[in-house]
Amino acid sequence: MQADPAGVLTGSHFLDGDHACCEGALAAGARFSSGYPITPSTEVVERFAARVPTVGGTFIQMEDELAASITLQGAVWGGAKAFTVTSGPGFSLMMEHLGYAVMTETPCVFVNVQRGGPSTGLPTLPAQGDMMQARWGSHGDYEIIALCPNSPQECFDLTIKAFNYAEKYRVPALVMLDEVVGHMTEKVVIPTADQIEVEPRHFTTKDPNNFHLYAPDENGAPEMAHLGQGYSVHVTGLTHDERGYPNMTPQTQDSLMKRLKNKILDHVDDIVLYEEQDVEGAEVVVVSYGITSRVAQRAIDMAKDRGLKVGKFRIITAWPFPEKQIREIASKVKGIVVPELNLGQMVREVERAANGQCRTKLVPHAGGTVHRPEDILNAIVEVLR
Amino acid sequence: MSTDLIHPGNPVEPFLRTDRMPHIWCPGCGIGTTVNCFSRALIESCMNVNDMAIVSGIGCTGRVAGYVNLDSFHTTHGRAIPFATGLKLANPKRQVVVYSGDGDLFAIGGNHLIHAARRNIDLKVICVNNLIYAMTGGQTGPATPGDVITSTAPYGTFDPAFNLPYLTEAAGAVYVARWTTFHVRQITKTMQEMFSKKGFCFLEIVSPCPTLYQRRNKMGDGLDTMKYYKAMSKVKHGANTKDVPLSRQGEIIVGKFVDIERPNYMELMRNKLHDSLGEQYVETDELTCEEATSCSDCS
Repeated sequence: MQADPAGVLTGSHFLDGDHACCEGALAAGARFSSGYPITPSTEVVERFAARVPTVGGTFIQMEDELAASITLQGAVWGGAKAFTVTSGPGFSLMMEHLGYAVMTETPCVFVNVQRGGPSTGLPTLPAQGDMMQARWGSHGDYEIIALCPNSPQECFDLTIKAFNYAEKYRVPALVMLDEVVGHMTEKVVIPTADQIEVEPRHFTTKDPNNFHLYAPDENGAPEMAHLGQGYSVHVTGLTHDERGYPNMTPQTQDSLMKRLKNKILDHVDDIVLYEEQDVEGAEVVVVSYGITSRVAQRAIDMAKDRGLKVGKFRIITAWPFPEKQIREIASKVKGIVVPELNLGQMVREVERAANGQCRTKLVPHAGGTVHRPEDILNAIVEVLR
Repeated sequence: MSTDLIHPGNPVEPFLRTDRMPHIWCPGCGIGTTVNCFSRALIESCMNVNDMAIVSGIGCTGRVAGYVNLDSFHTTHGRAIPFATGLKLANPKRQVVVYSGDGDLFAIGGNHLIHAARRNIDLKVICVNNLIYAMTGGQTGPATPGDVITSTAPYGTFDPAFNLPYLTEAAGAVYVARWTTFHVRQITKTMQEMFSKKGFCFLEIVSPCPTLYQRRNKMGDGLDTMKYYKAMSKVKHGANTKDVPLSRQGEIIVGKFVDIERPNYMELMRNKLHDSLGEQYVETDELTCEEATSCSDCS
């Protein structure tokens, strides 16, 4: 399905990442957002509040993040495409409802513009400290999809992708910006609506008497039902059977949990996005994401000037993790360098995927600013030593 | 035996998920009574049930959504009102009922309740007040009166309780009423009235929890509670909500306390955006292509 032209601001624009993210949501068909102000994310919904009344939709500023993260799910079941926007402390408050969206298979998008933490931390300064919270912050077993843009252009492009994945797999999709990407201003090219592919909501055409709300189709994700058309859907965060009725048996729990995980894990190749450069023949590969990947690029260029064989692997889809790709790289190189604006989060996944085939070296940074390229360069040199 | 002597079925059956029966509520519990009243209010109003959605939080009353045969949502603890807010704003024509307990709506969900009332979101909030956290084992709740033994107040409660109608009126509700589960006809009539009233409407239904509240406080069983409700309830329509707090075994003031008019959230939003944006404002009845069936031919 192609985008609705009403929401597409076709043209070349000079936008910051937060505003580009808002335009991506509008282009993807989002017509509802519930938010609660928090730096450095609020510009996304500030723009949405200004734009959405002119395309037909609603923004509501809720009383807290708990409310914001469940109000949007009510709107989704009401038929809207919806999202919320927050930063670290607010993201922590939203965790129960991330789980609710997973359990009820509510297609929705959470945008998290990361800042330094823990707690109030560095409200106006960058970090990449929520990467594990995104994956494990809610309780129980689950899979979500998380994308990491490194430019305002990608804030636009990947927000559309997040909405599309959310609909396709009926899962909450996360857009994990960081403060620098959220606030940097660059050229953003927005194509015409007919060039933007939008995943429609998969509403059932079955008769209400012959429809089970949680019976998976061949892709693993169930169809949705239009409210008010006699389907009498029952949606619950309790473990439930295919009708949506609570069912507390270990067998139901087992099959539901496995289906919720496998509908994502069985489609990793469709979901995992990444960027590779000079990985073939490299002795060291730098694995990075978000703003850190742009600093890493400078370090890689400096290393190449010194004649070192360095490749780049940029994680775009952080969750599910690009395990297969990292494992293959690890089998061919002497070492992997992982700079992160945290004291070691995604590096654990890299180490797990590398499985001891090569050396992995974290270049930690507690946040507040970006890495010095020299620190990444030093790590490259050290791994080669 | 003549077949016309056989009862054709309970009239509220179409509104219930009978395939989920028996329900989980204890003998003597008042929640089932309120569901019966709710079903009868649906029958007696001109509502097309497909136009209605029901949202619950967590706890004993939170399970109501699972037993009524409507589009129904059993959400997270305390968050029924914000979920319902999203549902309502995406489908302004549809009737959205929030059906939950005193702990869910006034403790963990208290912030959401006062803000939804402030905004005058067009929700019908039904609060079954059994004065205690029941499903989780009889702990003190925000509506538990003083001098009551609970599992977290083994020597008796001493923290003051909320007066739910007073709080709800102060926050901005346009309709506030209270009944007990003894008042089944009044409950049904009040629910009908709420369905036809625009804005944030609140109904408190005082209800027994024989298993945890009455038993632990040596107050008898469900029937004893009905006798207490009958003896101690005083109907005072229009009573000042400040004067209607509940106590352990005192008088229960019931009736319709508040029925006023003020613009609801959608009206305020549309008026403001029309004024500010003029022709640029794109108004939507629903954020999807579907059309709600109306009950305009009923009067």
